[in-house]
Amino acid sequence: MIDRTQVLHVARLARLQLTDDEVERMSTELSSILDHIETISELDLSDVAPTAHVVASEGALRADAPRASLDHDVALAQAPDPADDGFRVPSPQA
Amino acid sequence: MTNLTNLTDLTAKAAVDAIAAGDLDAAELFTAYREAAAAEDLNAYTWVADQTPDLSAAAALPLRGVPLAVKDLFCTQGVPSQAGSKILEGYRPPYDATVVAQLAAAGTSLLGKTNQDEFAMGSSNENSAYGPVKNPWDHTRVPGGSSGGSAAAVAAGLAPWALGTDTGGSIRQPAALCGIVGLKPTYGSVSRYGMIAFASSLDQAGPFARDVTDAALLYSHMHGRDPRDATSVGRPDADAIALPTGERLDGLRLGVPDDLTGEGVEPGVWTAFEAALETAKGLGATVERVALPHAGYGLNAYYVIAPAEASSNLARFDGVRYGARAEADDLITMYTKTRHDYMGTEVKRRILIGTYALSSGFYDAYYASAQKVRTLIARDFTTAFAGVDLIVTPTSPGVAFPLGAKTEDPLSMYLNDIFTIPISLAGIPALSLPCGLSEGLPVGLQLAGPAFSENRILEAAYALEQAFAFDNTPSAIGGAPS
Repeated sequence: MIDRTQVLHVARLARLQLTDDEVERMSTELSSILDHIETISELDLSDVAPTAHVVASEGALRADAPRASLDHDVALAQAPDPADDGFRVPSPQA
Repeated sequence: MTNLTNLTDLTAKAAVDAIAAGDLDAAELFTAYREAAAAEDLNAYTWVADQTPDLSAAAALPLRGVPLAVKDLFCTQGVPSQAGSKILEGYRPPYDATVVAQLAAAGTSLLGKTNQDEFAMGSSNENSAYGPVKNPWDHTRVPGGSSGGSAAAVAAGLAPWALGTDTGGSIRQPAALCGIVGLKPTYGSVSRYGMIAFASSLDQAGPFARDVTDAALLYSHMHGRDPRDATSVGRPDADAIALPTGERLDGLRLGVPDDLTGEGVEPGVWTAFEAALETAKGLGATVERVALPHAGYGLNAYYVIAPAEASSNLARFDGVRYGARAEADDLITMYTKTRHDYMGTEVKRRILIGTYALSSGFYDAYYASAQKVRTLIARDFTTAFAGVDLIVTPTSPGVAFPLGAKTEDPLSMYLNDIFTIPISLAGIPALSLPCGLSEGLPVGLQLAGPAFSENRILEAAYALEQAFAFDNTPSAIGGAPS
């Protein structure tokens, strides 16, 4: 069972604001989904290696050579608040 | 310049051939589709080209300027790429996804961007911030998801073919529910660069088409190693994709996994599936039972792994560099409010599940265990393929369901993907082929094979397609189209 406090803790980790109604709803829904997921614990997994990726990608490193990247203006063109050649955000201290 | 009555009735391959022969003008074909797409009433498109481009150069390329619909999850330079989310409303990427660029270089022309579940999270296309998509077979029902717009567009004749993405079934399930062909290729064979990421170890791009030949043709121009996607491997040398031609299945061994096909399948879907197996036997195939003892845990593992990866991937939507921003006085509130105001419920749900599963104290119980289950499932498939050539199941346990029927119960929605998810976890290729009707709605047959066995799958699907002779024209039963 995921209670209100846990939902709020996880939401804080995920940088996600939730209304009171959403906290209620997520508490119920996440509990039922996690209950379902927990049937995994029926399996004996002690000698099993984890799989992170099905494809072994060896030698995926590129040569360490300079190359062109996105033009500065292009990279800033979609920003909600570009300023002084950068991305402006509210102060962390306010 | 042609005496064809309806240009949009041509398959993509037929259109390519007609343009090559000088019997069809690529611009005329594009205009026919553009007008159809602009007038559509399924909500399949979120953007349609407003004019017909100069196609004289494209018409000399292998795919001859034939129009292509692209799921909105793919970045298209200068063209809205919103991934079904309000947080990306109006976002126009500064570059093309590799697969979009590859297909343009092969001669396709961008017809439109298609609607989808937000960030590809959903099985009904009802999680789109731009509204649900209607199934062309019945406007009161869902087209499936998450690539619902691409599937509906192809099924309704609003695009000759389309790009989709599949993480746990998002190409195969909507292809099944809309009565068309959808291929999820081997993980790593197609570049993910420029595909807005959901679950990076599972996401894979693939084609939607009206027939198997068109799916093979589009995929043949999609695969390849991309230096910008470290997980892309392309295909093994000299293993190009051939257009299928065989009409027999002599000697082909098909496996039916009892562990997966036990319960929860609608009777009409099961009847169509069994009839499809009889057809396969008639073409010379043998059908036997195979064991996939851990496949039943696929859904459980998937709903840890996919949300965990999503919670990390979606951290980039923070109101700083692109997309929407909610105003706030301090930085943290700006982040949290932006994500609250501009993300939908299913996305929030999965971010929370994923964050929980990765959080301190729970990582081993959830994420590490799910990755071990993934190992067991992949091993099951390897063992099964020692005895059979392909594994077959229904693509989806049911036909297209009514809009709104499952939106209040996330778990029942997730169960739509019970046959497609284990295959995604194993990274192997699978195709959905329409094999019949149940209650007047299409049923899909899923054919899965070992990694890089796309040619084998396409050959078998082609032979079955000839035998099924499925009429893919939507019959529009309830909620008839105008």
